[in-house]
Amino acid sequence: MDIYEVVRGPLVWIAFLGLAGGVVVKLLLMASLAKKEKTVFPTMSASHGLRSILHWIMPWGSTNMRAWPVMTTVSFAFHLCLLVTPLFVMGHAVSWQQSWGISWWSLPALAADIMTLWVVCGGVFFLIRRLTAPEVRNVTTFKDVLLILLVISPYLTAFVAHEQWFNNDVMIVLHIVTGVLWMLAIPFTWLSHMFWFVFTRAYMGSEFGAVRNARDW
Amino acid sequence: MDLQDQAVLDRGIDEGLEKLTPERIEKVIRHVLDNESAARLKVYLETCVHCGLCSEACHTYLSRDKDPDFAPVAKVKDTLWEMVKRKGRVDKDLLRRSARIAFTECGACRRCSMYCPFGIDIAYLIMTVRRICSLLQIVPQYLQDTTNSHAVTSNQMWVQADEWIDTLMWQEEDARDSFADARIPLDKEGAEVMYSVIAPEPKIMAQLLGNMAVIMKAANVDWTMPSADGWDNSNMAMYSGDFEVMGRVERAHWERARALKVERVVMGECGHAYRGAVYDGPKWLGWQKPPIPMIHAVEFYYELIHSGRLKIHRKITEPVTVQDPCNIVRGRGLHHKLRYVVNALCENFTDMDPRYEHNYCCAAGGGIINCGPPWKLSRMKSIRVKAEQMAATGAKICITPCHNCHSGIEDIIGHYKLGMHVSFINELLVKAIAEPQG
Repeated sequence: MDIYEVVRGPLVWIAFLGLAGGVVVKLLLMASLAKKEKTVFPTMSASHGLRSILHWIMPWGSTNMRAWPVMTTVSFAFHLCLLVTPLFVMGHAVSWQQSWGISWWSLPALAADIMTLWVVCGGVFFLIRRLTAPEVRNVTTFKDVLLILLVISPYLTAFVAHEQWFNNDVMIVLHIVTGVLWMLAIPFTWLSHMFWFVFTRAYMGSEFGAVRNARDW
Repeated sequence: MDLQDQAVLDRGIDEGLEKLTPERIEKVIRHVLDNESAARLKVYLETCVHCGLCSEACHTYLSRDKDPDFAPVAKVKDTLWEMVKRKGRVDKDLLRRSARIAFTECGACRRCSMYCPFGIDIAYLIMTVRRICSLLQIVPQYLQDTTNSHAVTSNQMWVQADEWIDTLMWQEEDARDSFADARIPLDKEGAEVMYSVIAPEPKIMAQLLGNMAVIMKAANVDWTMPSADGWDNSNMAMYSGDFEVMGRVERAHWERARALKVERVVMGECGHAYRGAVYDGPKWLGWQKPPIPMIHAVEFYYELIHSGRLKIHRKITEPVTVQDPCNIVRGRGLHHKLRYVVNALCENFTDMDPRYEHNYCCAAGGGIINCGPPWKLSRMKSIRVKAEQMAATGAKICITPCHNCHSGIEDIIGHYKLGMHVSFINELLVKAIAEPQG
């Protein structure tokens, strides 16, 4: 078994299982901890929670998003591209097909290229913001910088591999390895905002809406 | 970073620190992190991506020329992050800094929760730091004194039982200047309304009680006030981090209301007492909501005016503005009713900008003003944006339906020489409902 087969086989399985298992364990752990706080679950309100989430997943849906138009634009496009591209890029579609016989719609190559680059550029934007805006630099740790680099690495390596600028085999291996690390990091770092977001937002929306009759956007 | 603030001497913090050992510090912090906090604390700390987008929400940050040390996330970084990271093994310098930040530079106004993309309750994180400080007995001296008073007398200002009743009787007499049969009925079972106040009213602003007797008479409300403990739920213990005393104060208040079998409780013009009675207190006691409905004075005035039970005979003509108190606006959504009342009473009203849920805190609430004179200059430096916001209205009166806002805004007016007066609605209302002579 050569290195490509290892990273494409067992390593990818580790990534999927690690991600899914990590998220499930975290959710179960937090659900049991939330029960200890007697008022967390009774406070949760579906309508007010949803109201808040909708305002915050809609671009410019909150006062603070409107106050930072560039950040909002970059950030929304970044998150959208980050989530959509891996699911629908042609290269991955081929892998799904080869491995499991699943086939679905894939992105046109140019769109995938642009979206991949947007993730990389968005990451660079976040890095620059972290290092130049005093209020962000003040709370930025080395780990924060590493995490952003980790997040953009699979996209950068994918783009370079696609363009065939360097040794393609090396790039593909690097792409998979960084992608695996990225997925494994999600449950155990602040990348967990990917799934916690729904709960923190819904809870705050419920406290504001159901308890305090106020808006939180 | 402000060196002047760091040099402030506060016996409550400084002498408390001297008594601490590394073992005690670690034990207390671990106790709070492991036993008193659960899902919320952990999820909030894990979710924060350190993006700094909460910064612009904070009046302290804005007022201090956007010094990054005053951003909400920085306040958590400089306190709780360190405690968690070092598993409670922190030194006294960090604790001194934590007490200063948590008690004097954050008023737990919760504006930043509306700016955090994830809705992280940063005020809750800061309150956790206060809790740790309280258990370590490093609380600003003046604030701790109010908690001690709650523990001993059940009210905030060492008001003795006889003084309380005596003040009510004196104010009942004063109210009879307006209505010959005005009363402050004590312990009347089954009344429609129990009226709750906070200790500064009998202690230093007794006329507010007399005013309420006039308003109740004019509207013919069936009301009562308790003659014994449970009348004050101002609850400074909620802000000093002494949650055991906070729970006792709230329980005493609600038990008194239940014993009187009143239909509902009307909370006077105080924001944090309302917060304590409606959610922080019940939450600590494990209740989803208070046992009897409570409304704030603003809602009560709204009802009385809107239903025609109170007739407005003459409006205030001077230009006025209004302070949206955090705990009844961000904390209860009363901003529209507040404006209805203000417009009913005043001819010339100008709003502040920003307003409603987005209004800036007065920097007095959340126990900050109760930290007393040592911290007043720091407080004034933290609230320049409010002074600018008020000055832009051109008003001569700033209406503040909250005791902390009232005192805080009064300080701002003096410090920044704004040439305004500050007024409770209660004071304007008695003038507005007075029937014209002859």
